[in-house]
Amino acid sequence: MFIIGELINGMYANIAAAIKEKDKAVVQKCALEQIKNGADALDINCGPASKQPVIDIQWLVEVVREVTDKTLCLDSSKPQVIESGLKAAGSNIIINSTTADLEKLNLLIPLAKKYNAGLIGLTISAKGIPQNRDQRLELAATIVSACADQDFSTENLFLDPIVMPVNVAQAQMRDILESIREFKIISEPSPKTVVGLSNVSQGTSARNLINRTFLTMAVAYGLDAAILDPLDKDLVDALITAELILNKNIYCDSYLDAYRRK
Amino acid sequence: MVLQPAVEKWSGKIAEVAIGNAGPAGIIKVGGQETLPFLFSEGKIPNAPFAAFEIWDVNPADWPQELKTAWGESLKDPFAWAEACVNKYKAQALCLRLAGSHPDYGNRSAADEAKLASGLAQKFGLPMIVIGSGDKEKDNAVLPAVSEALKGRQCLIGCATQDNYKTLTAACLADGHSIIAESPIDINIAKQLNILISDMGLPLERIVIDPTTGALGYGLEYAYSIMERARLAALSGDKTVASPFICFVGLEAWKAKEAKVSLEQGIIWEAMTAAALLQAGADILVMRHPAAIEKVKKHIENLMGK
Repeated sequence: MFIIGELINGMYANIAAAIKEKDKAVVQKCALEQIKNGADALDINCGPASKQPVIDIQWLVEVVREVTDKTLCLDSSKPQVIESGLKAAGSNIIINSTTADLEKLNLLIPLAKKYNAGLIGLTISAKGIPQNRDQRLELAATIVSACADQDFSTENLFLDPIVMPVNVAQAQMRDILESIREFKIISEPSPKTVVGLSNVSQGTSARNLINRTFLTMAVAYGLDAAILDPLDKDLVDALITAELILNKNIYCDSYLDAYRRK
Repeated sequence: MVLQPAVEKWSGKIAEVAIGNAGPAGIIKVGGQETLPFLFSEGKIPNAPFAAFEIWDVNPADWPQELKTAWGESLKDPFAWAEACVNKYKAQALCLRLAGSHPDYGNRSAADEAKLASGLAQKFGLPMIVIGSGDKEKDNAVLPAVSEALKGRQCLIGCATQDNYKTLTAACLADGHSIIAESPIDINIAKQLNILISDMGLPLERIVIDPTTGALGYGLEYAYSIMERARLAALSGDKTVASPFICFVGLEAWKAKEAKVSLEQGIIWEAMTAAALLQAGADILVMRHPAAIEKVKKHIENLMGK
């Protein structure tokens, strides 16, 4: 599993304050802690409070780059914010994200190519959030064909089926899981699949348990990557164990430690 | 239609382990592969596997006549035996088995074994592998003394097991040696033991796995599948099983009754067991009959395209 740590996000008070006061240490500590606990990549998001996200994302990227070369996911719905982050990040970057709308795809796919970045494609469009499996697949196909048209390899594409909170869209959970499997057979080479995990438990009273159960099930459906909290030890333990059961890693008594050393 | 050969892209790499110091015989390196055995079209294979000559501290009275005939009187004196390996058969490395330290096989003292090991190392300067008798308590007394006597020579010392690894690991750590981690044809224990040893501070780059092998006709295929599985995981990025393999080919092959039917058949049995293990990923072959070693050496040269 490609673990993308979600904690460098201006929606958290500590990061919002660090951005405001240009406190490098808080951001760098958050980056290193996530990596130590198994993150393969770090999401970078200035958050809703940032008044000048084009400048703030650049600062965040530069500060994190001082301590790690790991992949950075530049997280914004605004292409100009993403481009500002791309300029600062160097190599190992994923753009997070484009929707299935052509005007966005036509902006962001060329950017991904120009900066040799991966691209997360949300199966969502200006018409709204998909309501079932078929709508998700249709939006995924739109994204994949735009990539093909612009000669962007689907190996570098991460499709997100859009995880809804279980207390809002309980009837859609099975469709979301099945979409993960269907996305893999949409093209050759297969696109990768990713979810923003914590959305599934938004507004519920058992967030960690719901996150971890959904993730375990999604792993069984072939999920490649997840944006999650790597400091949630029970969550990462469950993830490692799910992959062990699918024979992706060799068992030994210290398999949890062994995985985190990779 | 042109058939495209399937080429695998691997993300992992086998650890490279160096044995020997910068003496006249130099250093031998094993491991470092970026692909499965001898698949040169897929990735780099920087180091060739090699065969080490197994010699004992005491006269191996139980060895079959075929082996005794090959070595003659030299079996009674480790220095004469090593001399024959080095001068007559151009050995690349020696593997000294301290069988005589076993309480039931002579009970030689730690001091005597340390003196013998350092004497051989000093005289011949070859990269050395040293193996205990397999008696846990005695090994824990003998091997640290041997390790200290060989300090700085960058030897390979074994064998650590899951329930007896701490003393030997500490000794290798202190004296700059690499360690052999032995597991009983069990991939889960092999992985666990590598983690336990590296937890004590000995880096994974100083561990060689003895997966335990059977001879041709005696469970070789189990060892083969364990080695293959470990290699596939290692090349896919699992560093905890990305160690080179050592296989005690002579020990196993000469146990087989087929090896004792005739001299020629014994040599072939040992050489064929080695050849199969090379395909499984063996990096170091510890062997007993000089004619078998000669055949295997040529075979390795052919496989490496030399």
